[in-house]
Amino acid sequence: MSENEYTPKSKAARWFNDRLPLLTLGAHLTDYPTPKNLNYWWTFGGILTFCLITQIVTGIVLAMHYVAHADLAFASVEHIMRDVNYGWLIRYIHSNGASMFFLAVYIHIFRSLFYGSYKSPREVIWIIGLMIYLLMMAAAFMGYVLPWGQMSFWGATVITNLFSAIPLVGDSITTWLWGAYSVDNPTLNRFFSLHYLIPFLILGLVVLHIWALHVPGNNNPVGIDIKKPSKDTVPFHPYITIKDAFALLVFMIIFAGFVFFTPNVLGHSDNYIPANPLVTPAHIVPEWYLLPFYAILRSVPDKLGGVILMFSAIFILFVLPWLDTSKVRSAVFRPIYRQFFWILVIDVLMLGYVGAMPAEGIYLVLARVGTIYYFLHFIVVMPVVGYLEKTDPIPMSISEPVLTGGAEPSLARKADDKA
Amino acid sequence: MSKEEKKVNRRDFLFTASYTVGAVGIGAVIWPMIDQMNPDKAQQALATTEVDISSIEPGKSITVLWRGKPIFIKKRTSEEIAEARAVKLDDLPDPQKDEDRVKDGKDEWLVMLGVCTHLGCVPLKDKGDFNGWFCPCHGSHYDVSGRIRKGPAPTNMEIPKFEFVDSNTIKIG
Repeated sequence: MSENEYTPKSKAARWFNDRLPLLTLGAHLTDYPTPKNLNYWWTFGGILTFCLITQIVTGIVLAMHYVAHADLAFASVEHIMRDVNYGWLIRYIHSNGASMFFLAVYIHIFRSLFYGSYKSPREVIWIIGLMIYLLMMAAAFMGYVLPWGQMSFWGATVITNLFSAIPLVGDSITTWLWGAYSVDNPTLNRFFSLHYLIPFLILGLVVLHIWALHVPGNNNPVGIDIKKPSKDTVPFHPYITIKDAFALLVFMIIFAGFVFFTPNVLGHSDNYIPANPLVTPAHIVPEWYLLPFYAILRSVPDKLGGVILMFSAIFILFVLPWLDTSKVRSAVFRPIYRQFFWILVIDVLMLGYVGAMPAEGIYLVLARVGTIYYFLHFIVVMPVVGYLEKTDPIPMSISEPVLTGGAEPSLARKADDKA
Repeated sequence: MSKEEKKVNRRDFLFTASYTVGAVGIGAVIWPMIDQMNPDKAQQALATTEVDISSIEPGKSITVLWRGKPIFIKKRTSEEIAEARAVKLDDLPDPQKDEDRVKDGKDEWLVMLGVCTHLGCVPLKDKGDFNGWFCPCHGSHYDVSGRIRKGPAPTNMEIPKFEFVDSNTIKIG
Protein backbone atom coordinates (compact mmCIF):
# COMPACT_ATOMS: atom_id res chain seq x y z
CA MET A 1 0.00 0.00 0.00
CA SER A 2 1.26 3.41 -0.92
CA GLU A 3 2.44 5.35 2.14
CA ASN A 4 2.34 8.71 0.36
CA GLU A 5 0.36 11.29 2.29
CA TYR A 6 -2.36 12.65 0.07
CA THR A 7 -3.72 16.16 0.65
CA PRO A 8 -6.56 17.54 -1.49
CA LYS A 9 -5.85 20.92 -3.07
CA SER A 10 -9.03 22.84 -2.31
CA LYS A 11 -10.16 23.76 1.20
CA ALA A 12 -13.62 22.25 0.70
CA ALA A 13 -12.13 18.96 -0.48
CA ARG A 14 -9.79 18.91 2.53
CA TRP A 15 -12.77 19.56 4.84
CA PHE A 16 -14.65 16.60 3.33
CA ASN A 17 -11.61 14.33 3.15
CA ASP A 18 -10.80 14.89 6.82
CA ARG A 19 -14.29 13.57 7.66
CA LEU A 20 -14.53 10.80 5.07
CA PRO A 21 -11.24 10.05 3.28
CA LEU A 22 -12.84 9.08 -0.02
CA LEU A 23 -10.38 11.25 -1.93
CA THR A 24 -7.48 9.52 -0.20
CA LEU A 25 -8.98 6.20 -1.28
CA GLY A 26 -9.32 7.52 -4.83
CA ALA A 27 -5.71 8.66 -4.81
CA HIS A 28 -4.61 5.27 -3.48
CA LEU A 29 -6.48 3.46 -6.25
CA THR A 30 -5.08 5.79 -8.91
CA ASP A 31 -1.46 5.74 -7.80
CA TYR A 32 -1.48 2.11 -6.63
CA PRO A 33 1.95 0.78 -7.68
CA THR A 34 1.47 -2.16 -10.02
CA PRO A 35 4.15 -4.51 -11.37
CA LYS A 36 5.10 -3.23 -14.80
CA ASN A 37 5.23 -6.70 -16.36
CA LEU A 38 1.56 -7.68 -15.89
CA ASN A 39 0.38 -9.48 -19.01
CA TYR A 40 -3.14 -9.77 -20.44
CA TRP A 41 -4.00 -12.68 -18.13
CA TRP A 42 -4.07 -10.03 -15.40
CA THR A 43 -6.89 -8.07 -17.06
CA PHE A 44 -9.58 -10.53 -16.01
CA GLY A 45 -10.07 -8.93 -12.58
CA GLY A 46 -11.40 -5.82 -14.28
CA ILE A 47 -13.38 -7.92 -16.75
CA LEU A 48 -14.99 -9.82 -13.87
CA THR A 49 -15.96 -6.58 -12.15
CA PHE A 50 -17.62 -5.54 -15.39
CA CYS A 51 -19.43 -8.91 -15.55
CA LEU A 52 -20.75 -8.53 -12.01
CA ILE A 53 -22.04 -5.01 -12.61
CA THR A 54 -23.63 -6.09 -15.91
CA GLN A 55 -25.44 -8.97 -14.19
CA ILE A 56 -26.65 -6.74 -11.36
CA VAL A 57 -27.93 -3.98 -13.66
CA THR A 58 -29.65 -6.28 -16.17
CA GLY A 59 -30.94 -8.43 -13.29
CA ILE A 60 -32.58 -5.49 -11.51
CA VAL A 61 -34.21 -4.55 -14.82
CA LEU A 62 -35.46 -8.10 -15.47
CA ALA A 63 -36.90 -8.29 -11.94
CA MET A 64 -39.12 -5.32 -12.86
CA HIS A 65 -40.92 -7.53 -15.39
CA TYR A 66 -40.49 -11.07 -14.08
CA VAL A 67 -43.16 -12.81 -11.98
CA ALA A 68 -41.88 -15.40 -9.48
CA HIS A 69 -44.86 -17.72 -9.52
CA ALA A 70 -45.02 -21.27 -10.85
CA ASP A 71 -48.09 -20.47 -12.98
CA LEU A 72 -46.81 -17.17 -14.36
CA ALA A 73 -42.99 -17.32 -14.45
CA PHE A 74 -42.63 -18.97 -17.87
CA ALA A 75 -45.18 -16.61 -19.46
CA SER A 76 -43.56 -13.58 -17.83
CA VAL A 77 -40.20 -14.51 -19.36
CA GLU A 78 -41.85 -14.79 -22.78
CA HIS A 79 -43.52 -11.45 -22.06
CA ILE A 80 -40.05 -9.99 -21.46
CA MET A 81 -38.85 -11.50 -24.76
CA ARG A 82 -41.79 -10.27 -26.86
CA ASP A 83 -43.46 -7.25 -25.24
CA VAL A 84 -41.04 -5.36 -23.01
CA ASN A 85 -39.06 -2.66 -24.80
CA TYR A 86 -35.60 -4.16 -25.47
CA GLY A 87 -36.55 -7.04 -23.14
CA TRP A 88 -35.01 -9.56 -25.55
CA LEU A 89 -31.71 -7.69 -25.43
CA ILE A 90 -31.64 -7.33 -21.67
CA ARG A 91 -32.51 -10.98 -21.05
CA TYR A 92 -29.97 -12.25 -23.59
CA ILE A 93 -27.28 -10.06 -22.01
CA HIS A 94 -28.18 -11.49 -18.59
CA SER A 95 -28.28 -15.16 -19.65
CA ASN A 96 -25.14 -14.99 -21.81
CA GLY A 97 -23.58 -12.72 -19.19
CA ALA A 98 -23.61 -15.64 -16.76
CA SER A 99 -21.59 -17.72 -19.23
CA MET A 100 -19.17 -14.88 -19.92
CA PHE A 101 -18.78 -14.38 -16.15
CA PHE A 102 -17.77 -18.03 -15.72
CA LEU A 103 -15.49 -17.97 -18.76
CA ALA A 104 -13.66 -15.01 -17.23
CA VAL A 105 -13.56 -16.51 -13.74
CA TYR A 106 -12.07 -19.78 -15.02
CA ILE A 107 -9.33 -17.90 -16.86
CA HIS A 108 -8.76 -15.83 -13.70
CA ILE A 109 -8.48 -18.99 -11.54
CA PHE A 110 -6.13 -20.78 -13.93
CA ARG A 111 -3.98 -17.66 -14.19
CA SER A 112 -3.69 -17.78 -10.41
CA LEU A 113 -2.76 -21.47 -10.57
CA PHE A 114 -0.09 -20.91 -13.20
CA TYR A 115 1.60 -17.92 -11.60
CA GLY A 116 1.17 -19.11 -8.00
CA SER A 117 -0.96 -16.13 -7.00
CA TYR A 118 -2.68 -18.22 -4.31
CA LYS A 119 0.57 -18.65 -2.38
CA SER A 120 1.84 -16.74 0.63
CA PRO A 121 1.14 -13.92 1.32
CA ARG A 122 -2.00 -14.03 -0.84
CA GLU A 123 -3.89 -17.00 0.68
CA VAL A 124 -6.74 -14.84 1.95
CA ILE A 125 -7.27 -13.28 -1.49
CA TRP A 126 -7.47 -16.79 -2.93
CA ILE A 127 -9.94 -18.02 -0.31
CA ILE A 128 -12.22 -14.99 -0.71
CA GLY A 129 -12.04 -15.59 -4.46
CA LEU A 130 -13.18 -19.19 -4.00
CA MET A 131 -16.07 -18.01 -1.83
CA ILE A 132 -17.07 -15.67 -4.65
CA TYR A 133 -16.85 -18.60 -7.07
CA LEU A 134 -19.11 -20.74 -4.84
CA LEU A 135 -21.66 -17.93 -4.60
CA MET A 136 -21.48 -17.48 -8.37
CA MET A 137 -22.39 -21.14 -8.86
CA ALA A 138 -25.30 -20.83 -6.42
CA ALA A 139 -26.54 -17.67 -8.13
CA ALA A 140 -26.19 -19.18 -11.60
CA PHE A 141 -28.03 -22.34 -10.61
CA MET A 142 -30.93 -20.47 -9.01
CA GLY A 143 -31.10 -18.02 -11.89
CA TYR A 144 -31.39 -20.93 -14.30
CA VAL A 145 -34.45 -22.16 -12.37
CA LEU A 146 -36.35 -18.87 -12.67
CA PRO A 147 -37.66 -19.20 -16.29
CA TRP A 148 -39.47 -22.33 -15.06
CA GLY A 149 -38.86 -24.32 -18.22
CA GLN A 150 -38.20 -28.05 -18.33
CA MET A 151 -34.45 -27.68 -17.72
CA SER A 152 -35.12 -25.21 -14.90
CA PHE A 153 -37.47 -27.58 -13.16
CA TRP A 154 -35.46 -30.76 -13.59
CA GLY A 155 -32.15 -29.06 -12.91
CA ALA A 156 -33.60 -27.80 -9.64
CA THR A 157 -34.91 -31.28 -8.86
CA VAL A 158 -31.56 -32.97 -9.49
CA ILE A 159 -29.41 -30.42 -7.66
CA THR A 160 -31.65 -30.20 -4.60
CA ASN A 161 -31.77 -34.01 -4.50
CA LEU A 162 -27.99 -34.00 -4.01
CA PHE A 163 -28.71 -33.09 -0.41
CA SER A 164 -30.89 -36.16 0.02
CA ALA A 165 -27.65 -38.17 -0.05
CA ILE A 166 -26.81 -36.92 3.43
CA PRO A 167 -27.40 -39.82 5.86
CA LEU A 168 -30.37 -39.62 8.27
CA VAL A 169 -31.39 -35.99 7.72
CA GLY A 170 -31.05 -35.84 3.92
CA ASP A 171 -34.75 -36.11 3.12
CA SER A 172 -35.71 -33.54 5.74
CA ILE A 173 -33.13 -31.10 4.39
CA THR A 174 -34.36 -31.58 0.83
CA THR A 175 -37.98 -30.98 1.87
CA TRP A 176 -36.84 -27.92 3.79
CA LEU A 177 -35.05 -26.57 0.71
CA TRP A 178 -38.16 -27.13 -1.40
CA GLY A 179 -40.73 -25.82 1.08
CA ALA A 180 -42.96 -28.48 -0.44
CA TYR A 181 -42.81 -32.19 -1.24
CA SER A 182 -41.28 -31.55 -4.63
CA VAL A 183 -39.81 -28.58 -6.48
CA ASP A 184 -42.82 -26.27 -6.56
CA ASN A 185 -43.99 -22.69 -6.20
CA PRO A 186 -42.39 -22.15 -2.75
CA THR A 187 -39.07 -23.33 -4.19
CA LEU A 188 -39.32 -20.87 -7.07
CA ASN A 189 -40.15 -18.00 -4.72
CA ARG A 190 -37.21 -18.56 -2.42
CA PHE A 191 -34.83 -19.13 -5.32
CA PHE A 192 -35.86 -15.76 -6.74
CA SER A 193 -35.28 -14.08 -3.39
CA LEU A 194 -31.84 -15.65 -3.00
CA HIS A 195 -30.92 -15.06 -6.63
CA TYR A 196 -31.50 -11.36 -6.00
CA LEU A 197 -29.52 -11.41 -2.75
CA ILE A 198 -26.39 -13.31 -3.78
CA PRO A 199 -24.95 -10.78 -6.27
CA PHE A 200 -24.79 -8.21 -3.50
CA LEU A 201 -22.99 -10.68 -1.23
CA ILE A 202 -20.57 -11.22 -4.11
CA LEU A 203 -20.14 -7.46 -4.45
CA GLY A 204 -19.20 -7.24 -0.77
CA LEU A 205 -16.71 -10.10 -1.15
CA VAL A 206 -15.24 -8.41 -4.23
CA VAL A 207 -14.49 -5.35 -2.11
CA LEU A 208 -12.72 -7.60 0.43
CA HIS A 209 -10.95 -9.45 -2.42
CA ILE A 210 -9.53 -6.18 -3.76
CA TRP A 211 -8.75 -4.86 -0.28
CA ALA A 212 -6.83 -8.04 0.51
CA LEU A 213 -5.06 -7.69 -2.84
CA HIS A 214 -3.95 -4.15 -2.08
CA VAL A 215 -2.18 -5.22 1.10
CA PRO A 216 0.66 -7.24 -0.51
CA GLY A 217 0.03 -5.84 -4.01
CA ASN A 218 -0.29 -7.77 -7.26
CA ASN A 219 1.61 -10.92 -7.98
CA ASN A 220 3.25 -10.78 -11.41
CA PRO A 221 4.37 -13.16 -14.19
CA VAL A 222 7.84 -13.49 -12.69
CA GLY A 223 6.29 -14.20 -9.30
CA ILE A 224 8.88 -12.41 -7.19
CA ASP A 225 8.36 -9.89 -4.40
CA ILE A 226 9.04 -6.39 -5.58
CA LYS A 227 9.66 -3.09 -3.87
CA LYS A 228 6.79 -0.63 -4.21
CA PRO A 229 6.97 1.91 -5.60
CA SER A 230 10.17 1.29 -7.56
CA LYS A 231 11.40 0.99 -11.11
CA ASP A 232 9.57 -2.35 -11.18
CA THR A 233 6.17 -0.67 -10.77
CA VAL A 234 3.93 1.69 -12.69
CA PRO A 235 0.94 3.65 -11.33
CA PHE A 236 -2.37 1.83 -11.77
CA HIS A 237 -3.73 4.80 -13.67
CA PRO A 238 -3.23 5.26 -16.59
CA TYR A 239 -1.00 2.25 -17.31
CA ILE A 240 -3.21 -0.57 -16.04
CA THR A 241 -6.55 1.14 -16.61
CA ILE A 242 -5.84 1.55 -20.32
CA LYS A 243 -4.63 -2.04 -20.63
CA ASP A 244 -7.71 -3.31 -18.75
CA ALA A 245 -9.94 -1.13 -20.92
CA PHE A 246 -8.51 -2.60 -24.12
CA ALA A 247 -8.89 -6.17 -22.88
CA LEU A 248 -12.44 -5.36 -21.74
CA LEU A 249 -13.27 -4.06 -25.22
CA VAL A 250 -12.10 -7.30 -26.83
CA PHE A 251 -14.07 -9.26 -24.24
CA MET A 252 -17.19 -7.19 -24.94
CA ILE A 253 -16.90 -7.87 -28.66
CA ILE A 254 -16.99 -11.62 -27.97
CA PHE A 255 -19.83 -11.09 -25.48
CA ALA A 256 -21.81 -9.08 -28.05
CA GLY A 257 -21.14 -11.80 -30.62
CA PHE A 258 -22.99 -14.30 -28.43
CA VAL A 259 -25.80 -11.89 -27.53
CA PHE A 260 -26.54 -10.75 -31.08
CA PHE A 261 -25.68 -13.77 -33.22
CA THR A 262 -26.08 -16.97 -31.18
CA PRO A 263 -27.91 -16.02 -27.99
CA ASN A 264 -29.18 -19.55 -27.32
CA VAL A 265 -26.13 -21.59 -28.29
CA LEU A 266 -25.05 -22.03 -24.65
CA GLY A 267 -28.55 -22.86 -23.43
CA HIS A 268 -30.83 -25.84 -23.94
CA SER A 269 -33.87 -25.76 -26.20
CA ASP A 270 -35.76 -27.87 -23.65
CA ASN A 271 -35.93 -24.81 -21.44
CA TYR A 272 -38.37 -23.23 -23.90
CA ILE A 273 -40.86 -25.94 -22.88
CA PRO A 274 -42.84 -24.98 -19.75
CA ALA A 275 -41.97 -26.98 -16.63
CA ASN A 276 -43.84 -30.27 -16.43
CA PRO A 277 -43.53 -32.24 -13.17
CA LEU A 278 -44.72 -35.40 -14.95
CA VAL A 279 -42.09 -35.68 -17.70
CA THR A 280 -38.30 -35.52 -17.38
CA PRO A 281 -36.36 -34.45 -20.52
CA ALA A 282 -34.50 -37.36 -22.17
CA HIS A 283 -31.04 -35.84 -21.71
CA ILE A 284 -30.55 -33.58 -18.74
CA VAL A 285 -27.30 -31.66 -18.33
CA PRO A 286 -26.32 -28.57 -16.34
CA GLU A 287 -24.98 -25.38 -17.89
CA TRP A 288 -21.53 -25.76 -19.43
CA TYR A 289 -19.67 -24.12 -16.57
CA LEU A 290 -20.79 -26.78 -14.11
CA LEU A 291 -20.07 -29.78 -16.36
CA PRO A 292 -16.67 -30.82 -14.90
CA PHE A 293 -18.23 -31.19 -11.46
CA TYR A 294 -21.19 -32.98 -12.96
CA ALA A 295 -18.78 -35.47 -14.57
CA ILE A 296 -17.10 -36.07 -11.20
CA LEU A 297 -20.53 -36.65 -9.58
CA ARG A 298 -21.49 -39.23 -12.21
CA SER A 299 -18.13 -41.01 -12.18
CA VAL A 300 -18.86 -42.51 -8.76
CA PRO A 301 -21.27 -45.47 -8.66
CA ASP A 302 -22.55 -44.47 -5.23
CA LYS A 303 -25.00 -41.70 -4.35
CA LEU A 304 -23.31 -40.33 -1.23
CA GLY A 305 -19.81 -40.96 -2.60
CA GLY A 306 -20.52 -39.00 -5.77
CA VAL A 307 -21.88 -36.02 -3.86
CA ILE A 308 -18.93 -36.02 -1.45
CA LEU A 309 -16.42 -36.21 -4.28
CA MET A 310 -18.11 -33.43 -6.22
CA PHE A 311 -18.09 -31.04 -3.27
CA SER A 312 -14.53 -32.11 -2.40
CA ALA A 313 -13.43 -31.12 -5.90
CA ILE A 314 -14.27 -27.52 -5.00
CA PHE A 315 -13.33 -27.51 -1.33
CA ILE A 316 -9.88 -28.99 -1.97
CA LEU A 317 -9.04 -25.69 -3.67
CA PHE A 318 -9.41 -23.92 -0.31
CA VAL A 319 -6.34 -25.72 1.09
CA LEU A 320 -4.32 -25.32 -2.09
CA PRO A 321 -1.92 -22.73 -0.60
CA TRP A 322 -0.83 -25.37 1.93
CA LEU A 323 -0.72 -28.29 -0.51
CA ASP A 324 1.75 -26.48 -2.75
CA THR A 325 5.18 -26.90 -1.16
CA SER A 326 7.21 -24.99 -3.76
CA LYS A 327 8.88 -21.77 -2.68
CA VAL A 328 8.79 -20.45 -6.23
CA ARG A 329 5.52 -18.87 -7.23
CA SER A 330 5.53 -18.57 -11.00
CA ALA A 331 5.35 -21.71 -13.15
CA VAL A 332 7.62 -19.85 -15.58
CA PHE A 333 10.52 -21.06 -13.40
CA ARG A 334 9.01 -24.47 -12.59
CA PRO A 335 9.71 -26.79 -15.55
CA ILE A 336 8.03 -29.86 -14.03
CA TYR A 337 5.02 -28.24 -12.39
CA ARG A 338 4.40 -26.31 -15.61
CA GLN A 339 3.73 -29.57 -17.46
CA PHE A 340 1.37 -30.83 -14.76
CA PHE A 341 -0.44 -27.50 -14.90
CA TRP A 342 -1.27 -28.04 -18.56
CA ILE A 343 -2.30 -31.64 -17.85
CA LEU A 344 -4.74 -30.25 -15.26
CA VAL A 345 -6.14 -27.78 -17.82
CA ILE A 346 -6.69 -30.60 -20.33
CA ASP A 347 -8.10 -32.81 -17.58
CA VAL A 348 -10.70 -30.21 -16.54
CA LEU A 349 -11.65 -29.56 -20.18
CA MET A 350 -12.03 -33.30 -20.74
CA LEU A 351 -14.19 -33.63 -17.62
CA GLY A 352 -16.34 -30.83 -18.97
CA TYR A 353 -16.70 -32.64 -22.27
CA VAL A 354 -17.64 -36.01 -20.80
CA GLY A 355 -20.00 -34.23 -18.38
CA ALA A 356 -22.05 -33.26 -21.42
CA MET A 357 -22.04 -36.80 -22.82
CA PRO A 358 -24.18 -39.75 -21.68
CA ALA A 359 -22.79 -41.47 -18.56
CA GLU A 360 -21.95 -44.75 -20.25
CA GLY A 361 -19.20 -46.64 -22.11
CA ILE A 362 -16.00 -44.75 -22.89
CA TYR A 363 -17.33 -41.53 -21.36
CA LEU A 364 -17.68 -43.16 -17.97
CA VAL A 365 -14.11 -44.49 -18.20
CA LEU A 366 -12.79 -41.04 -19.18
CA ALA A 367 -14.77 -39.42 -16.37
CA ARG A 368 -13.19 -41.79 -13.85
CA VAL A 369 -9.66 -41.27 -15.18
CA GLY A 370 -10.23 -37.51 -15.19
CA THR A 371 -11.60 -37.51 -11.65
CA ILE A 372 -8.68 -39.55 -10.35
CA TYR A 373 -6.15 -37.23 -11.98
CA TYR A 374 -7.96 -34.13 -10.69
CA PHE A 375 -7.52 -35.24 -7.10
CA LEU A 376 -4.03 -36.67 -7.63
CA HIS A 377 -2.93 -33.33 -9.04
CA PHE A 378 -3.75 -31.49 -5.84
CA ILE A 379 -3.09 -34.18 -3.23
CA VAL A 380 0.06 -35.80 -4.68
CA VAL A 381 1.54 -33.81 -7.58
CA MET A 382 1.54 -30.40 -5.91
CA PRO A 383 3.23 -31.38 -2.62
CA VAL A 384 5.69 -33.83 -4.21
CA VAL A 385 6.70 -31.77 -7.25
CA GLY A 386 7.06 -28.69 -5.08
CA TYR A 387 9.48 -30.61 -2.89
CA LEU A 388 11.54 -32.42 -5.53
CA GLU A 389 11.56 -30.03 -8.46
CA LYS A 390 14.75 -28.22 -9.45
CA THR A 391 13.49 -24.79 -10.37
CA ASP A 392 15.07 -22.41 -12.88
CA PRO A 393 16.98 -19.39 -11.54
CA ILE A 394 14.69 -16.49 -10.63
CA PRO A 395 15.63 -12.91 -11.51
CA MET A 396 16.43 -10.42 -8.77
CA SER A 397 13.90 -7.94 -10.05
CA ILE A 398 11.42 -7.45 -12.87
CA SER A 399 13.72 -4.97 -14.59
CA GLU A 400 16.72 -7.26 -14.55
CA PRO A 401 15.86 -9.67 -17.39
CA VAL A 402 14.79 -6.70 -19.45
CA LEU A 403 17.98 -4.75 -18.82
CA THR A 404 20.39 -7.66 -19.20
CA GLY A 405 18.54 -9.41 -21.98
CA GLY A 406 17.78 -12.47 -19.92
CA ALA A 407 17.99 -13.94 -16.48
CA GLU A 408 21.79 -14.19 -16.17
CA PRO A 409 22.74 -17.01 -13.81
CA SER A 410 25.49 -14.86 -12.32
CA LEU A 411 22.98 -12.20 -11.27
CA ALA A 412 20.18 -14.51 -10.24
CA ARG A 413 19.74 -15.89 -6.81
CA LYS A 414 19.07 -19.60 -6.68
CA ALA A 415 15.54 -20.72 -6.13
CA ASP A 416 16.47 -23.11 -3.41
CA ASP A 417 19.63 -23.97 -1.63
CA LYS A 418 19.71 -27.58 -2.73
CA ALA A 419 20.41 -26.59 -6.33
CA MET B 1 -3.30 32.86 -27.13
CA SER B 2 0.44 32.65 -26.95
CA LYS B 3 2.59 32.49 -30.02
CA GLU B 4 3.25 28.80 -29.48
CA GLU B 5 -0.30 27.81 -30.22
CA LYS B 6 -0.87 24.19 -29.35
CA LYS B 7 -0.97 22.11 -32.49
CA VAL B 8 -3.66 19.45 -32.77
CA ASN B 9 -1.63 16.31 -32.91
CA ARG B 10 -2.35 12.68 -33.59
CA ARG B 11 -2.88 11.86 -29.93
CA ASP B 12 -5.50 14.61 -29.49
CA PHE B 13 -7.36 13.22 -32.46
CA LEU B 14 -7.27 9.69 -31.04
CA PHE B 15 -8.49 10.89 -27.65
CA THR B 16 -11.41 12.81 -29.14
CA ALA B 17 -12.33 9.94 -31.44
CA SER B 18 -12.17 7.40 -28.58
CA TYR B 19 -14.25 9.54 -26.22
CA THR B 20 -16.85 10.11 -28.94
CA VAL B 21 -17.17 6.43 -29.79
CA GLY B 22 -17.27 5.62 -26.07
CA ALA B 23 -20.01 8.17 -25.41
CA VAL B 24 -22.13 6.84 -28.28
CA GLY B 25 -21.60 3.28 -27.05
CA ILE B 26 -22.56 4.11 -23.47
CA GLY B 27 -25.64 5.94 -24.71
CA ALA B 28 -26.62 2.95 -26.85
CA VAL B 29 -26.39 0.72 -23.77
CA ILE B 30 -28.17 3.07 -21.38
CA TRP B 31 -31.16 3.78 -23.64
CA PRO B 32 -32.56 0.19 -23.59
CA MET B 33 -32.21 0.19 -19.80
CA ILE B 34 -34.37 3.34 -19.61
CA ASP B 35 -36.84 2.51 -22.37
CA GLN B 36 -37.68 -0.87 -20.82
CA MET B 37 -39.62 1.04 -18.14
CA ASN B 38 -41.91 2.67 -20.73
CA PRO B 39 -45.29 0.98 -21.45
CA ASP B 40 -44.58 -2.28 -23.22
CA LYS B 41 -46.42 -3.77 -26.17
CA ALA B 42 -48.92 -5.54 -23.90
CA GLN B 43 -49.84 -2.20 -22.34
CA GLN B 44 -50.02 -0.41 -25.69
CA ALA B 45 -52.40 -3.10 -26.92
CA LEU B 46 -54.97 -1.84 -24.38
CA ALA B 47 -54.99 1.63 -25.95
CA THR B 48 -58.62 1.61 -27.17
CA THR B 49 -61.83 0.48 -25.50
CA GLU B 50 -65.30 0.16 -27.09
CA VAL B 51 -68.32 0.81 -24.87
CA ASP B 52 -72.02 0.01 -25.43
CA ILE B 53 -73.99 3.04 -24.19
CA SER B 54 -77.52 1.97 -25.24
CA SER B 55 -78.72 1.13 -21.71
CA ILE B 56 -77.78 4.42 -20.02
CA GLU B 57 -80.85 6.38 -18.86
CA PRO B 58 -80.92 10.20 -19.08
CA GLY B 59 -79.35 11.72 -15.97
CA LYS B 60 -77.41 8.57 -15.22
CA SER B 61 -73.77 7.73 -15.79
CA ILE B 62 -71.53 4.70 -16.01
CA THR B 63 -67.84 4.28 -15.33
CA VAL B 64 -65.64 2.19 -17.61
CA LEU B 65 -61.94 1.37 -17.51
CA TRP B 66 -59.61 2.68 -20.21
CA ARG B 67 -55.81 2.26 -19.88
CA GLY B 68 -56.33 1.47 -16.20
CA LYS B 69 -58.16 4.74 -15.56
CA PRO B 70 -61.90 5.37 -15.02
CA ILE B 71 -63.89 7.05 -17.79
CA PHE B 72 -67.18 8.68 -16.78
CA ILE B 73 -69.86 8.42 -19.47
CA LYS B 74 -72.90 10.54 -18.51
CA LYS B 75 -76.12 10.97 -20.47
CA ARG B 76 -77.18 14.43 -19.38
CA THR B 77 -80.78 15.71 -19.21
CA SER B 78 -81.68 18.88 -21.11
CA GLU B 79 -81.89 20.78 -17.77
CA GLU B 80 -78.36 19.76 -16.93
CA ILE B 81 -77.11 20.85 -20.35
CA ALA B 82 -78.90 24.19 -19.96
CA GLU B 83 -77.38 24.62 -16.48
CA ALA B 84 -73.87 23.93 -17.77
CA ARG B 85 -74.26 26.41 -20.61
CA ALA B 86 -75.70 29.17 -18.41
CA VAL B 87 -72.41 29.48 -16.49
CA LYS B 88 -70.41 32.59 -17.32
CA LEU B 89 -66.86 31.86 -18.45
CA ASP B 90 -65.61 34.49 -16.01
CA ASP B 91 -66.77 32.30 -13.13
CA LEU B 92 -64.54 29.43 -14.21
CA PRO B 93 -60.94 28.93 -12.99
CA ASP B 94 -60.21 27.09 -16.25
CA PRO B 95 -62.57 28.78 -18.75
CA GLN B 96 -63.99 26.38 -21.32
CA LYS B 97 -67.40 26.28 -23.00
CA ASP B 98 -69.57 23.23 -22.40
CA GLU B 99 -69.97 22.99 -26.20
CA ASP B 100 -66.23 22.40 -26.50
CA ARG B 101 -66.42 19.44 -24.11
CA VAL B 102 -68.95 17.38 -26.06
CA LYS B 103 -69.38 16.19 -29.65
CA ASP B 104 -71.50 18.37 -31.96
CA GLY B 105 -75.10 17.14 -32.03
CA LYS B 106 -74.44 14.70 -29.18
CA ASP B 107 -74.72 17.32 -26.47
CA GLU B 108 -76.20 14.93 -23.92
CA TRP B 109 -73.09 12.70 -23.85
CA LEU B 110 -70.31 13.80 -21.55
CA VAL B 111 -67.33 11.43 -21.89
CA MET B 112 -64.60 12.38 -19.51
CA LEU B 113 -61.52 11.03 -17.77
CA GLY B 114 -62.75 10.48 -14.20
CA VAL B 115 -59.52 11.60 -12.61
CA CYS B 116 -59.24 14.69 -10.45
CA THR B 117 -56.66 17.04 -11.98
CA HIS B 118 -55.29 17.82 -8.52
CA LEU B 119 -53.56 14.59 -7.50
CA GLY B 120 -55.34 11.83 -9.39
CA CYS B 121 -58.15 10.58 -7.13
CA VAL B 122 -61.51 9.54 -8.59
CA PRO B 123 -64.22 12.16 -7.83
CA LEU B 124 -67.66 11.08 -6.52
CA LYS B 125 -70.67 11.69 -8.74
CA ASP B 126 -73.74 13.80 -7.81
CA LYS B 127 -71.82 15.46 -5.01
CA GLY B 128 -70.39 18.88 -4.29
CA ASP B 129 -71.69 22.45 -4.53
CA PHE B 130 -72.17 22.50 -8.31
CA ASN B 131 -74.41 19.51 -9.03
CA GLY B 132 -71.53 17.59 -10.57
CA TRP B 133 -68.58 15.80 -9.01
CA PHE B 134 -66.70 16.19 -5.78
CA CYS B 135 -63.23 14.85 -5.06
CA PRO B 136 -63.07 13.52 -1.49
CA CYS B 137 -59.29 13.61 -1.29
CA HIS B 138 -58.72 17.36 -1.15
CA GLY B 139 -62.15 18.91 -1.78
CA SER B 140 -62.31 19.89 -5.44
CA HIS B 141 -65.80 20.68 -6.78
CA TYR B 142 -66.66 20.05 -10.45
CA ASP B 143 -69.85 21.11 -12.24
CA VAL B 144 -72.15 19.11 -14.51
CA SER B 145 -69.75 19.67 -17.38
CA GLY B 146 -66.81 18.33 -15.31
CA ARG B 147 -65.24 21.79 -15.05
CA ILE B 148 -63.39 22.79 -11.89
CA ARG B 149 -65.33 25.38 -9.86
CA LYS B 150 -63.87 25.36 -6.37
CA GLY B 151 -60.92 23.69 -4.63
CA PRO B 152 -57.24 22.97 -5.32
CA ALA B 153 -57.54 21.24 -8.72
CA PRO B 154 -55.99 23.45 -11.42
CA THR B 155 -57.93 22.40 -14.55
CA ASN B 156 -61.15 20.81 -15.75
CA MET B 157 -61.38 17.03 -15.94
CA GLU B 158 -59.83 15.87 -19.19
CA ILE B 159 -61.84 14.85 -22.24
CA PRO B 160 -60.21 11.81 -23.85
CA LYS B 161 -60.03 11.20 -27.58
CA PHE B 162 -63.20 9.28 -28.49
CA GLU B 163 -65.69 8.82 -31.31
CA PHE B 164 -69.15 7.44 -31.91
CA VAL B 165 -68.82 4.17 -33.84
CA ASP B 166 -72.63 4.13 -34.18
CA SER B 167 -75.43 5.66 -32.12
CA ASN B 168 -75.09 3.02 -29.40
CA THR B 169 -71.31 2.52 -29.29
CA ILE B 170 -68.38 4.78 -28.54
CA LYS B 171 -64.71 4.00 -28.99
CA ILE B 172 -62.35 5.59 -26.48
CA GLY B 173 -58.72 6.14 -27.43
